[in-house]
Amino acid sequence: MMSDISAQEQVLDVPDMAPPKSRLRSAFARDRKAQVGLFILGFFVLAAVFAPLIAPFDPNEMTLDMMGRPSGEHWLGTDDLGRDLLSRIIWGTQISLFVGISTVALALVAGVTLGVVAGYYGGWIDNIIMRYIDLQWAFPNFIIAVYLVAVFGTGLLNVIVAIALAFLDDFARIARSMVLTLKEEQFVDAARVQGFSDARIMFRHILPNALAPIIVQATVSVSYAILGEASLSFLGLGVGPNTPTWGLILADGRSFISQAWWLGVYPGLAIMLVVLSINFVGDGLRDALDVRDTGA
Amino acid sequence: MASYILRRLVGSALVMLAVATLVFFMIRLVPGDPIAAMLADSGSPEAREAMIRKLGLDQPLIVQFWKWFTNMLQGDLGASIYGNNQPVTTIILEALPRTLSLAFLSFVIALVIAIPAGILSATRKNSATDNAVSLFAFLGLSMPDFWLAILLIIVFAANLQWLPAIGYEPLSAGFWPWFSHLILPSIAIGTGFSAIIARMIRSSMLEVMQADYMRTAASKGLTVRVQMLRHAFPNALIPVVTVIGIAFALLISGAVVVENVFAIKGLGRVLIQGIQNRDYPVVQGAVLVVSAFFVLSNLAVDLLYAVIDPRIRYS
Repeated sequence: MMSDISAQEQVLDVPDMAPPKSRLRSAFARDRKAQVGLFILGFFVLAAVFAPLIAPFDPNEMTLDMMGRPSGEHWLGTDDLGRDLLSRIIWGTQISLFVGISTVALALVAGVTLGVVAGYYGGWIDNIIMRYIDLQWAFPNFIIAVYLVAVFGTGLLNVIVAIALAFLDDFARIARSMVLTLKEEQFVDAARVQGFSDARIMFRHILPNALAPIIVQATVSVSYAILGEASLSFLGLGVGPNTPTWGLILADGRSFISQAWWLGVYPGLAIMLVVLSINFVGDGLRDALDVRDTGA
Repeated sequence: MASYILRRLVGSALVMLAVATLVFFMIRLVPGDPIAAMLADSGSPEAREAMIRKLGLDQPLIVQFWKWFTNMLQGDLGASIYGNNQPVTTIILEALPRTLSLAFLSFVIALVIAIPAGILSATRKNSATDNAVSLFAFLGLSMPDFWLAILLIIVFAANLQWLPAIGYEPLSAGFWPWFSHLILPSIAIGTGFSAIIARMIRSSMLEVMQADYMRTAASKGLTVRVQMLRHAFPNALIPVVTVIGIAFALLISGAVVVENVFAIKGLGRVLIQGIQNRDYPVVQGAVLVVSAFFVLSNLAVDLLYAVIDPRIRYS
């Protein structure tokens, strides 16, 4: 969104405060899409956790069976170095989910803190924080992540920090707009009268009431973070050359797709299924928590 | 209106200024030694000294910045540190038409898919068509563009051999060579974009269809077709235009990745190769131009928004 629709005017609706857990459960019980999403996602989470047990081969073990077609032994075939594609994809699940969740956790903590502080104090603090956030808002997250990896260099930690920083503005804006509405509420005055510290009011009183849109944004962001990591890895700006990640498996297989289509099909299918399932769940959460589209 | 346009122009210029400053200083924060990377093996202390002096790196940062900045304003972005030291401006001017062609064609493809899909799913809400469009939108949003690119190459280039798998031909070489090289990458980029637009058009149409003037149009006895295409659709487009600005981000991000799949030497490929080669002048230049592209398209969308919706009066 544009910087002139400045953050000041953008105030989200505060959803009603019915007990969220029961609402969530009943909404999910009716939402077939969200159930499918949860099911697929659970499948991938299990694959990630139990990768050492279920992967049939060592993901980096090279054999002479190069570019072997999918078969009884190698269900998804082998790559140009004779490595088992299924095992590499299973191990890749770990990186994808880990990067997706840890980047969003980082972006959430940093972004929400900035947004809450900006919204709560207002004035020059708000001005400084939001000018930066507006600047970042003017650019696509992925492009920012590419710039940052160019500066930091590749590697797991650098990729996580780069994507997290790129996503920071989304959380800051949502948190700030929620705080702007909530800080006028009576319970905040009540807390202030009791002499609570600003930090306590911000994070113990206001923030819990602002969680619904933040949770929805976090879910959607995990799917974008996974896509982002895959794209960076695909471009050779990812975790590193010796770790099987989905993006890297695709990049490695790209040169051989005319002889070995499976190298171009299955790793991408894994990315799409995970991202799709998270989007399904996110959509279900949005409906269940009654949050309007954050549009990021 | 004039003051609004002026304000937006100044605002955009300030954003670009901030980006240029950030780019300059951030790239100098890079851990590691660019000089060592540039000199590779021939790194004698004398060669090092000479290189540092040649690049002006012995001067204070602020002096370097001023020099770089004033040169930039005159269209001089420095020279690549690789190969025959081509000027960055030349490299970028060569790449720009490719990326613009790609962006334009992706945009057209996205609209061609999204407009009918959005209208159909809104007018037949909860029908099989609507569900199919919704599923398509979810798939489009979840599919990595570079994977779709690879699938398209497998099907249309490797197997059917209808279209070339890589490369680019300028429009001056004829329409078909240009088009045939760009159609697959454009579909790869445009699909995700069309998913967003289709969803927007659907929800926007559904909202507009509740309006009083739609009831009037229906009671005048207009056919459903005229009601939808002449009355509902133009009004439904207004909020969509703002989203096109956001979705443009996807298009540019998409081009950066997909150009690398199809070996199209556009801005995205120049940027990524520059990063891989640690060719800092090229990276700086490409970052700046990609950013300018984005700031300008945002500006265009804002101004367009003011034009297509006469109800909006900017003071």
